[in-house]
Amino acid sequence: MLAFATRRIVGSIPVLLVSSFVVFLLASLAGNPLGPLLARNPPPPPQTIAAETARLRLDDPLLSRYWQWLTGLFHGDFGPSVISTLDIGTELGARFLVTLRLIAVAMLVALVLAVVVGVVSAVKQYSITDYSATFLGFLFLSMPSFWLAILLKQAGIGFNLALGDQVIFTIGEATPNFQGSFWERIGDVAGHLVLPTISLALISYAAWSRYQRSSMLEVLNSDYVRLARAKGLSRTTVLVRHGLRTALIPLTTVTALDLAAIISGAVVTEQVFQWRGMGDFLLNAIRTDDVYATMAWLLVTATVVIGFNLLADLLYAVLDPRIRYA
Amino acid sequence: MPETPSGASTATTTAAAPGVPTSTGVPPPERKPTVVERSQFQLVLRRFRQHRLAVAGLVVLILLVLLAYVGSAVWKYKFGAFTPDESAPPSFEHPFGTDSTGKDQFAQVLRGTQISLQIAVLVAFFSTLVGTVWGAVAGYFGGLTDTIMMRVTDLVLTLPLIAVAALLGHSVGGTWWLISLVIAGLYWAYVSRVARGVVLSLREKEFVEAARALGASDARIIARHLVPNALDAIIVNATVLVAVAILLETALSYLGFGVTVPDTSLGLLVSESQTALTTRPWLFYFPGLFIILIALSINFIGDGLRDALDPRQPRARQ
Repeated sequence: MLAFATRRIVGSIPVLLVSSFVVFLLASLAGNPLGPLLARNPPPPPQTIAAETARLRLDDPLLSRYWQWLTGLFHGDFGPSVISTLDIGTELGARFLVTLRLIAVAMLVALVLAVVVGVVSAVKQYSITDYSATFLGFLFLSMPSFWLAILLKQAGIGFNLALGDQVIFTIGEATPNFQGSFWERIGDVAGHLVLPTISLALISYAAWSRYQRSSMLEVLNSDYVRLARAKGLSRTTVLVRHGLRTALIPLTTVTALDLAAIISGAVVTEQVFQWRGMGDFLLNAIRTDDVYATMAWLLVTATVVIGFNLLADLLYAVLDPRIRYA
Repeated sequence: MPETPSGASTATTTAAAPGVPTSTGVPPPERKPTVVERSQFQLVLRRFRQHRLAVAGLVVLILLVLLAYVGSAVWKYKFGAFTPDESAPPSFEHPFGTDSTGKDQFAQVLRGTQISLQIAVLVAFFSTLVGTVWGAVAGYFGGLTDTIMMRVTDLVLTLPLIAVAALLGHSVGGTWWLISLVIAGLYWAYVSRVARGVVLSLREKEFVEAARALGASDARIIARHLVPNALDAIIVNATVLVAVAILLETALSYLGFGVTVPDTSLGLLVSESQTALTTRPWLFYFPGLFIILIALSINFIGDGLRDALDPRQPRARQ
């Protein structure tokens, strides 16, 4: 297993290298990072422009810039941002934790929801419950995430108005300069987390619950489940111990494959709720032609996605002993 | 092994060639067949028609197409045109109301629907074409070719699409067909993975071996034997992808990296109206409902196609 993991990690390095090069080219050719500076009125002195050009390494040829960026990574230098005071690594690190909070909680909620809905649908196949769950699943699959998020935000505002108190927060990831004890702070963060989590989880659970339903159906129709019932085990025991345990295994792969899509969803959700997370970082970087900030974002995300996929593959082997990675 | 007839065309010729000699010599009387013969297409159509939600989806989609193209041509207001009524709530004059500058929201939504449908067509066409060829070639040749080609798809699949699409959308500007090319340029990777999977399992089948024994070239085997057999799976997956692609465009436009003014899109309309949700809610609800209608009908059609094209799977309705 260690050999497999090592081979996978080594194998993903060329993928990362090539994709980083392609994205670097695209980002560098996309626009002029000096745009806002040149558009300034009165025009800045030539020395300022020259200094900024040098600072952003725009004098160097493209290949050399890529090489500098790549070698810089090894001593933790993500390159210069368009905003001269901004250290990309530090900023991205702080925002990573904010987004991680959202994605982790939303994925957990979505997974629980998907398993519950999927199993109930499978057990009560072709019932009203099953049809309703299927329809709701399709509805959430077809719903634009930003639209749902805006609706929830509005509902949250209405909820607060009805209560006459700010219970759930609709803007930001935490109250700025929050004063209070550790537990009050946790409460504040949780209050901010509610709506974005619901929104992201509802968008993500639908596909998984469909998957869970069909995998559960397959297991329930298998011989060993029939045998377990035949030898007198109770329905619940069979469903949970024999059925669900096996039916959960394929979901690990699906979840891992969907991580990139969830990150995409988080970018949109963060935008609606005005979180200062990774999504906001990325969109600002693209808007201001901040090549190195965009690169840093994509590098971090791609690494996380690849790592997560590897973890899912390893977990798959642990859960299903028939799978062996030689 | 090569003697075994494989493939539909060979089977019919071998059956027809020797003829069926009747032992009595008297030709049997013409009997009305009790089983109605149905072509593959008729069977698929029949199964599709049994999926009620899929039929409903198809009807809604056709209505949307008519509304978007015929409806917008005959509707009295053109998209982007200003009317004297500002911030008017829905009425007979303006079914979806107007915005603060007097633009008729119904005309705007119809234009946005056009964009979404056009994107659907472009993405479906290009991503299916490129993805099928790519995946089929990788799966057929295998080995190093497969490894290298699939690594290229991995490049696309490991990045959150919205990030790459936003980056590209930012550089190509806000015309709808460039945005759809960007989206198709990312989604072909998903199609290629499906195509490769099917081709991988098909290429070991006897009919491929038979075709090769008959001297068919690799290109012919891929184009005439493998791709047609993989088409079912590809069509089903492409349908679902198209729904996702429509949602991606609206999200891009919402974020400001998709279609931009002077054109409009359903995502852009939602983005413009989100601050006026309490004062002019009609501006917000209608574009969103249209996005849901389009994506939902396509998703249902995809589900119906899955049932119709792949009868091995458990049927949705008994």
